[in-house]
Amino acid sequence: MNVSAAGQLLTTGITSSQQAFPFLTALVLLPAGAAILVMLLPRRSRWAIRAAGMAASLGVLGIAAAVLDQFQAGFGGYQMVSEHPWIAPLGISWTLGVDGISLFLVLMTAVLFPVALAGATAKENPKSFTVWVLLLEAGCLGSFLSIDLLVFFLFFEATLVPVYFIIAGWGHERRGYAATKFFIYTFAASAFMLVGILALVSIHQGQTGVTTFDIRRLASTHLSGTAEVVLFLSFTAAFAVKAPVFPFHTWSPDAYGESPAAGSVLLAGVMAKLGTYGIIRFDLGLFPHAVVVLAPLLLTLGVVGIIYGGIVAAVQRDLKRLVAFSSLAHLGFIVVGLFALTGESLSGAVLQMVNHGIYTAALFLLIAMIYRRRGTFAIPKLRGLQSSAPVLAAVFTVVMLASIGVPGLNGFVGEFLILSGTFLTHRWWAVVATGGVVVAAAYFLWAYQRVFHGRADNAAAEEPFAEMTWREGLVMAPLVLLIVALGVYPQPVLERITPSVDAVVLHVEQAAHPTIPLAGQPVEAVLARAERPTVATHPFAAARLDVSSTTPRRGDATSANQRKGAAS
Amino acid sequence: MTGSTAIVASVAAHLVAATGIVVPHIDYTAILPELILLGGMLLVVLVSALSPRPLPTEAYATATVGIATASLISSLVLWRDVTNHGPFTAVADAVNVDGFGVFFLVLISCILVVAPMLAAGHLRREGIEGCEYYVLALISGSGAMFMATANDLVLIFLALEILSIPLYILAGFDHRREGSGEAAMKYFVLGAFSSAIFVYGIALTYGATGSTNLAQIAAFLARNVVTSDGVLLGGLALLLVGFGFKVAAVPFHMWTPDVYQGSPTPATGFMASMAKAGGFAALLRVFVTTFPTLRSTWQPAIWVIAILTLVLGAVVALVQRDVKRMLAYSSINHAGFVLLGLEAATARGVAGSEFYLFAYSFLVLGTFAVVAAVGGRGDDAHGFERYRGLGRRQPVLAVAFSILLLAQAGAPFTTGFFAKFTVVAAAVSAHSYALAAVAMGSAAVAAYFYLRLVLVMFADVARPRPGVVATRAATSGAAAPAGRLDLAAVGFGGGATPGRAATLTAIRPTEVAEATAAAGMVGEATAKADGPLVVVSPWVATGIAICVATTLVFGVWPQPLVDFAHQATLIF
Repeated sequence: MNVSAAGQLLTTGITSSQQAFPFLTALVLLPAGAAILVMLLPRRSRWAIRAAGMAASLGVLGIAAAVLDQFQAGFGGYQMVSEHPWIAPLGISWTLGVDGISLFLVLMTAVLFPVALAGATAKENPKSFTVWVLLLEAGCLGSFLSIDLLVFFLFFEATLVPVYFIIAGWGHERRGYAATKFFIYTFAASAFMLVGILALVSIHQGQTGVTTFDIRRLASTHLSGTAEVVLFLSFTAAFAVKAPVFPFHTWSPDAYGESPAAGSVLLAGVMAKLGTYGIIRFDLGLFPHAVVVLAPLLLTLGVVGIIYGGIVAAVQRDLKRLVAFSSLAHLGFIVVGLFALTGESLSGAVLQMVNHGIYTAALFLLIAMIYRRRGTFAIPKLRGLQSSAPVLAAVFTVVMLASIGVPGLNGFVGEFLILSGTFLTHRWWAVVATGGVVVAAAYFLWAYQRVFHGRADNAAAEEPFAEMTWREGLVMAPLVLLIVALGVYPQPVLERITPSVDAVVLHVEQAAHPTIPLAGQPVEAVLARAERPTVATHPFAAARLDVSSTTPRRGDATSANQRKGAAS
Repeated sequence: MTGSTAIVASVAAHLVAATGIVVPHIDYTAILPELILLGGMLLVVLVSALSPRPLPTEAYATATVGIATASLISSLVLWRDVTNHGPFTAVADAVNVDGFGVFFLVLISCILVVAPMLAAGHLRREGIEGCEYYVLALISGSGAMFMATANDLVLIFLALEILSIPLYILAGFDHRREGSGEAAMKYFVLGAFSSAIFVYGIALTYGATGSTNLAQIAAFLARNVVTSDGVLLGGLALLLVGFGFKVAAVPFHMWTPDVYQGSPTPATGFMASMAKAGGFAALLRVFVTTFPTLRSTWQPAIWVIAILTLVLGAVVALVQRDVKRMLAYSSINHAGFVLLGLEAATARGVAGSEFYLFAYSFLVLGTFAVVAAVGGRGDDAHGFERYRGLGRRQPVLAVAFSILLLAQAGAPFTTGFFAKFTVVAAAVSAHSYALAAVAMGSAAVAAYFYLRLVLVMFADVARPRPGVVATRAATSGAAAPAGRLDLAAVGFGGGATPGRAATLTAIRPTEVAEATAAAGMVGEATAKADGPLVVVSPWVATGIAICVATTLVFGVWPQPLVDFAHQATLIF
């Protein structure tokens, strides 16, 4: 292994993007600090509590926008890395970094939290609610940004507690059951991941003498075939439950269904992505060999999830549970994209994580609006809403079409990339998965028809179904805008995602075919080299879409090389 | 104070000298923390006997905190000596002042600082006058300290008795309490039984190695190969049984649930932290430093015991209906985690166990303090029912309790997480993968019963459905002539008067009545939310606050504690 070269590339990667202001640390600490501040506010000052929560989450959005601004497109490695020793004797350090994979998940998180606070805040006890939401935001951002495995795990686990309290405190009838089920399922699964993490670190320590949780270093650990598979399974258990991947999804309909609106938005929108993000970052980054070996299994689970989720969604009588199962299907697509292991499908999966976050959040918010007016999620009890609330119906239509994957809206781009990428390597899985798109169209349109069409049943209700208010419109506006914008012009997003994804694909490829010259090098070296357009010549990535090859990447790559030269 | 002790000791030495026994040189600084505890204890007894009027329990608590603080300071001075000049033995090699021992001196002093605060409120409520609790706690603490620093099996036995006998009495010292006598008797009989087994173990070990001194035993075993090792292994096994009883490891745990449930609750908390600290200190020292040559023999036994302890503790706790009994089984589960460090038998493992015991002591003290407070007068309401809606009535108390419970479950950013992390990391680095996996599995099971309690406090109150209905209810509630209730409190379904309930003090009955009346207008749904208010005295509040603060501060910034445990192990 070429340690010195790898180290040089590593330092180059860090120094070239060293920031004067620690943006990433601020992203994590701002909501956590704001939560403590809100805790100190008096319970009565509801206005101040809401304002503080909103200001903090908008502040996070601002910082996230600054991160996007500072982010250098065309560079595949971690950027803006900030590294501080935290618990030195245990080898744990506060290491945060962002790359093309996490960048848009961070942005999506930063968008969805203020939206959730604005659109679905709790009327009862807003103080505790705001505190929990802000702590959850800190946890999610910390998970997306950590490069240190243990810091990731801490944040990954820390998200459970706020969600538990949000469901248990503000949920619907069976909230206690749902909250406990959610907590125990995810906690149990990640318990084994902790053992896996420790085993990996211990093996790495045995080989190098260095105790570290830094995934850039851990990626170079040499693992025996069995060890790698076992470790992969221990990690994947945690991620598959969190996502959820069929058949580990049984907590999710309860948790999504019973949690308050904000809980569903954040659970499905952000938390679910922690699982799929974990798969791409840690499974693919640390255990490429095991990934190649077990890909057919995970692909099958993904495809089964797509079909099963679609069919079960079709027979739901509860709108929230319908979206919960449709979420299972959509996450199935993402899992398929991740394990098809082509640049295209992975880019599509990452993009789809963001897209799914946006339109699922929008769906849950719309359902919450219906619930606020009618006090029910039951599809048979709702009828003819379109005639009295045409604007709401129109917004619902747009969001629903995005979710189905209609071209021109954001859902299409991700799903198309996933399917076309998967088709190259795993044809039959792609074929079956495509069936899922049809099922999605069926259950959504059917549900829409039952809820919005028909004669309005106003006589039965106490008051006519009210139109979307300005306030509600304001909450929905950014989401709808994003749905359309990402559907029409995903280019800027893809050109930032692609270099990082290519690096991951290359890393996995080398593990599967050690004859490729870069084999055995740590992932950071691979990441740094991924700027070069070598990927395009590789047979697996040859048939890549125009969207990625027509990007102005060459110019960026040249400038990146210049930077590197200057630094060395 | 220590001067008087010294005089007493020298007089005793002269008396002994008359019998012709050689009296060793006694280095008083080496055992100063213990002497401070014992001297302070005598002082407390003296003051209590001589004072014309019975002193309030708070006066004794203050004195005990002071004594424990003095002992803490002298322990820290010893720590400085040990880190600067290395470990040393004293009192004819019977006391070993090393980093490991001093770590436990510090820990035991900390327990003795917090425990009296937590007991004071309880004793006042139950109307128990006198200094007995504090005196017994101090004696027990000194026993635990001797256990941690003992370098001789005979001293370990003596210290074990000094630790245990006060605990037997503490288990039964509230004689009016139902079950207390039974608990004390059970603890005493089984404890005495285990002590006898322990002594037998010492005898066999002495027979096999020719010494009771730990260093000499280790040296003997390093030099000689014991060909017929039946006696030695028998001794080792009996020692393990004796320790197993003390630390409540399965299958020697049978006394734990009954004794934990029957004892007065502050005594339970004290017992849980002190007996485990002392017992594990001696267990770790004896097995890891004295019998390292027999590691391949005792390691599998510890492996089996650890797995049984982890699994049984977690699983049986699931079905408990009494909170104290549930926590008793949870403490068994925790003992299993500490055993992980012993099973690893590495410096890392020992440091992990030390960290775990430190974190656990504060957690268990704080937890039982809350349980004692919620138990109410008579200390007998320990069903889950009692906690229903506590989160609405007394949010601060409920949040503190939740933090302690979640930390016990191993939630991140608490000491509980890093405690589990350090021992599991040690087990993994010693290649005990199966044990580590079982441990984490048991932690996931354990999370369920901790959450069950949290859920009862926060979510398990019937209330109107949110949305349309709730909004209307809230509006009508606000319209009601309840000036001090804001919308949130009414809508939230309970008689939580803002501000007042948030402080840990009780609400005056008039306010409760008012709140209840106002809440009654919202609907029958709120009726269930009104339960008895938990009275938390300022002493107990301070103690709980210390426990919670330790849990969170070292949970976010564990480095000092990790360093402390690590260094302690280096200077073994």
